[in-house]
Amino acid sequence: MAEKIFADAINEAIAEEMRRDQNVFIMGEDIRLSVYGATANLYDEFGDNRVLDTPLSENGFFGAAIGASLVGMRPIVETVTSFMWVAMDQLISQAAKMRYMFGGQATLPVVYRASMMYGSGSAAHHSDRQYPMFMNMPGIKIAVPANPSDAKGLLKTAVRDDDPVIIFEDANLYGTRGEVIEEPLPFGKAQIVKEGSDCTIVGIAASVNLSLAAANELEKEGISAEVINPRTLVPLDKETILNSVEKTGRLIVVDPAHKVCSAASEISSIVAEEGFWFLQSPIMKVASEQVHIPYTPSLEKLVYPTIEKIISAVKKSME
Amino acid sequence: MWTIRTFEEKVMEVHEAGEFVGAAHPYIGEEAVAVGVCLALKDTDYIAGNHRSHGHPLAKGGSIKKAMAEIYGKIDGYCHGKGGSMHLADFSVGILGESGIVASSVPVATGAGLASKIGNKDFVSVVFFGDGASNQGACHESMNLASIWKLPVIFVCENNQFAITTSYQNSVAVDNVSDRAQAYNMPGILVDGQNAEAMYEATTEAVKRARNGEGPTLIEGLTYRFEEHSLGLGRVRRGEYRTEEEINKWRERDPILIHAKKLIDRGVLSQEECKEIEKISYAETEEAVEFARNSSFPEPKDLFEDMWANPIPKP
Repeated sequence: MAEKIFADAINEAIAEEMRRDQNVFIMGEDIRLSVYGATANLYDEFGDNRVLDTPLSENGFFGAAIGASLVGMRPIVETVTSFMWVAMDQLISQAAKMRYMFGGQATLPVVYRASMMYGSGSAAHHSDRQYPMFMNMPGIKIAVPANPSDAKGLLKTAVRDDDPVIIFEDANLYGTRGEVIEEPLPFGKAQIVKEGSDCTIVGIAASVNLSLAAANELEKEGISAEVINPRTLVPLDKETILNSVEKTGRLIVVDPAHKVCSAASEISSIVAEEGFWFLQSPIMKVASEQVHIPYTPSLEKLVYPTIEKIISAVKKSME
Repeated sequence: MWTIRTFEEKVMEVHEAGEFVGAAHPYIGEEAVAVGVCLALKDTDYIAGNHRSHGHPLAKGGSIKKAMAEIYGKIDGYCHGKGGSMHLADFSVGILGESGIVASSVPVATGAGLASKIGNKDFVSVVFFGDGASNQGACHESMNLASIWKLPVIFVCENNQFAITTSYQNSVAVDNVSDRAQAYNMPGILVDGQNAEAMYEATTEAVKRARNGEGPTLIEGLTYRFEEHSLGLGRVRRGEYRTEEEINKWRERDPILIHAKKLIDRGVLSQEECKEIEKISYAETEEAVEFARNSSFPEPKDLFEDMWANPIPKP
């Protein structure tokens, strides 16, 4: 397995899928010059018709991707999470609802790649991590890659899937390196990143790395934490999480989204409903504070999960 | 046109009798738009509609029986009862869906046009929307996209003059919706929406342009909604937004009578033959209602069907 950079793994997945299937094309803002770092060289290879720079009309082109997918194309749309608000009507009224509302007649193989740029002094309008809102809405599959291998494998699966998929790409990971499996990764299959026996830590996106770092610290103190990367939130591999909690008896969920009705909330509720008797202590959520993202670094760093917060939560659950 | 008219009259009748739940938005008075436009299309072309779209799938060749069964919420409806009146989509005849959210189909239809262009295909895409929708950003974004990329899209504004009770004259900043085409560097054609032949001719021209790679056209069919915005709304609404006199004036411009007169004057059909078409339409509608009444409601097991193309476990 070769070691690759997260953004390069995305780029490879797009190029390979476009070579494999003529119906795959990509559209988004400023993608020809790869302003967000994952679409370099695509324009040179695939040209005008398959690499489309769009006007700043998210509702228009998010919807155009849906229409193209209905008639046989497989569009990939690149965007930033915060711009998705502008296109919510197309994402919800059309992408999510269309297949069901039309009794299964509509097939929409459309992929939205949404970059989450939080933690970089971008303030509240450019730091959104809103995958839990989409988990609440039936009809969209949701991937949350946590490493370069996920980035490539989940994107390949998304392009080949016949349902709408949103991939929430954690921009904090774009420059990180890791070994890449190269193969499409199945949706609904979690990765056990590190095995352990005292507690289970489920991390979302870049929180997997934080959870792993926390687990490594805890190991020095004799606490054995199992770290799980769900890879996709819809579908969610609850079996792997429940099996782990059955073994460890404790659950900490780490989620960069706002704490209320987060992915952490949903995972916690599943374990409370279906794994209550495995638990030896209350489930802990380490998620972003219920406040907007402030610009200034002195405040922004207080909002998100950190290694220290995870260690502290694990220790509390071990008391 | 008679098929749509009799279908809509029947829908109003059975709604009044309480035979189905939910809203329905009669297309009566606007039939010439759907029929004129769809006659100019090939089977391989696509259309998308809106909340007032009973007429569009019927004009494109969709099944009357399945349409009625869908309104009744039955398993034999186009959407197995999951869509209802506002989502009468028959994908087998090139329909991309009808949206209950005003203007929400416009980007979708634009995307089908994009697929035609980048996939080097021959089909065109048509979207029907109202004067109210022409004030939505989605509509403007789509016209701009279609124009910069020269997409084979035909934007058909069915200007029935009212967004529920709000007159287009009070809500559209230009005199005609078709004037908006200028901002997107495409032809904007104002057509008498009561004249099916004129709608057909304008669409034929727009289709030709689209297939030649010359880009989109905005056609405004100026028409009139003879009935209330949606069935039952008249019972809730306080006060009037249009006069009986105005309604009656437009009823005199009934698109079916206008077209029938033309055909008779030209000797294409006799009065009796016109009457026969009307009779056949009524009979077909009766059959459709019987079909819908006799069809079953979906079972509880059907609740989770049709969610996914590649199914996933229930959470």
